[in-house]
Amino acid sequence: MLQEKYKTEIDEILSRYPVRRSAMLPLLTMAQREEGYVSEAAMKEIASILRVTPPQVYETVTFYTMLNLKPIGTFHIQVCKSLMCALVGSDSLLVWLQARLGIKPGETTPDRLFTLSTVECLASCGTGPMMQVNDDYYERLTEEKVDRILADLKRDGTSPLKSGPFILPEPEGAHG
Amino acid sequence: MPSYEPILTKNMLTPGYTGSLVDYERAGGYQALRKVLGKIAPDDVTAMVIKSGLRGRGGAGFPTGVKWGFLPKDYTGPRYLCCNADESEPGTFKDRQLIERDPHQMLEGMAITCYAIGAETAYIYIRGEFVLGAKILEKALAEARAAGYIGRNILGTGINIEMWLHRGAGAYICGEETALLESLEGKRGLPRVKPPFPATHGLYNKPTVVNNVETLANLPYIVNRGPEWFASIGSPPKSTGTRIFCVSGHVKRPGNYEVPMGITCRELIFEHAGGMRSDKPLKAIIPGGASAAFFTDQHLDVKLDFESVAQAGSMLGSGGVTIMEEGTSMVWAALRLMEFFYHESCGKCTPCREGTSWLVQTMRRIWTRRGRLEDLETLTDLCQNIAGRTVCAFGDAAIAPITSTLKHWRHEYEELIRTAEAAGSAELVMPATRH
Ligand SMILES: Cc1cc2nc3c(=O)[nH]c(=O)nc-3n(C[C@H](O)[C@H](O)[C@H](O)COP(=O)(O)O)c2cc1C
Ligand code: FES
Repeated sequence: MLQEKYKTEIDEILSRYPVRRSAMLPLLTMAQREEGYVSEAAMKEIASILRVTPPQVYETVTFYTMLNLKPIGTFHIQVCKSLMCALVGSDSLLVWLQARLGIKPGETTPDRLFTLSTVECLASCGTGPMMQVNDDYYERLTEEKVDRILADLKRDGTSPLKSGPFILPEPEGAHG
Repeated sequence: MPSYEPILTKNMLTPGYTGSLVDYERAGGYQALRKVLGKIAPDDVTAMVIKSGLRGRGGAGFPTGVKWGFLPKDYTGPRYLCCNADESEPGTFKDRQLIERDPHQMLEGMAITCYAIGAETAYIYIRGEFVLGAKILEKALAEARAAGYIGRNILGTGINIEMWLHRGAGAYICGEETALLESLEGKRGLPRVKPPFPATHGLYNKPTVVNNVETLANLPYIVNRGPEWFASIGSPPKSTGTRIFCVSGHVKRPGNYEVPMGITCRELIFEHAGGMRSDKPLKAIIPGGASAAFFTDQHLDVKLDFESVAQAGSMLGSGGVTIMEEGTSMVWAALRLMEFFYHESCGKCTPCREGTSWLVQTMRRIWTRRGRLEDLETLTDLCQNIAGRTVCAFGDAAIAPITSTLKHWRHEYEELIRTAEAAGSAELVMPATRH
């Protein structure tokens, strides 16, 4: 349970707001970090911490696309499909990823390693096509780059191809 | 290429600059805060910002100092500042750079704002997907707290300003200021009916200012170099200062270009962003993010300032400038944006919730060569029934791609429909929509 494990962190979060309910998204994010999704037990516990009803927590969870109500794969691959990425090839990249993973958007591979989703603009429109995998951005994707990233993730759980602090265009002589 | 003095991107364009507190201080950081705290009266700071002509960089372009001035003078309870770091307007990626490359610049701007409006607490509402940005900001907040720039009794002046980072969880609408406040209160991000405005009834029903990251980042420079200096940049008197334009699409060098407001689309695209990526000519420009009406190649000489872009029938919006080359279907482009708005409609107002769904279905039908000529009337009719009939500006934004492409490229819609009619595939069946 969250409260036993993270009491200090929860108290610190609550102290930032004059109204307890404001800690809703931080606590839901914490719950998802812990279990990979927001479980019913977590929603009930958060309701009691915030002194609201479980349906009030549930109605909030269902509004936000980053919160999952069901377990997903270890790596959540989210491909931006908004216009600016589509102009530079996100559709064919998605086809490539589907073929590589053998799943469609909304599905998880049988080994539960990858879940594929399409998402709306992630503020990388100048460096498309792009995808977010868990916490990290991967930009200016090509088929070869995607293959390397997938291999890195399988082997190491992360990839050196992920983005660092963003600047575009990269200043001359620097590597962004 | 004409070169201009960058203001907000100057530090980050300096080789070796990391955005740490040490680097920021070395570049003159937090001098503006020292200059105002306890030395210039809060109302005079607001007057300075009004004089500078600074207008909001989040989308609506409201004069910043004027907005601050709406806070009730005689109210003694808590007031709040919310920094809008939700950046989710398709085509926009400037706040991400400001956050990740120079976080202290916006924090200093926030501290100055808190002082001017008398707020002791500020929240940074950052979109949930910006995990790296959130880490960088948490680190910067810790540095600023340790150095005494935020917290209790700042720089020994007796002034308290606390700042907290609050992460969103995926919802475009939470960039709308009242939806942002609802979300910050731990609820679904549904925009509130205005009035009352946040200035009197904002976060927790208290007087509140919501400002965009880029807006706030300008403040240290207005204080340091004076409002007259700021007001002389760009297209005075209505559009002062620089804008960071985020150029995307079919150009050679997409990126963030900080230039004085009032340069032309042509200059931005061909001088700064390197021109078109191939030998295909330019076909369409979106001048201010997904919510802005499309321009054609006839608009290349429109000046990129608030008034000129509005006069030409679009809006400067969030500064996201997207370029499309010849060969790009405008029906396809409008459909792609419409799918975004359909997905992101919060569902509060019927015209927007039902209208965006109906628009997407009709657009898909036309694009998949099953449209009928009446569909164009349906599109126009739906758009007219959404415009001005919603609680927030999302509804007006959602129809811009369709109304503007219908206006400039109606023949592309008609051609697709003629193909459908010739093939006998025009039908009444609506393709299913799914979120
Ligand atoms: C649908 C919608 C989405 C918006 N998204 C953002 C956003 O992501 N970031 C932002 O700064 N402003 C956004 N705005 C504008 C805000 O409502 C508000 O005007 C702005 O934060 C005020 O700050 P400013 O005056 O400094 O621009 C959005 C508005 C609407 C209607
Ligand atoms: S359109 Fe893909 S990141 Fe903006």
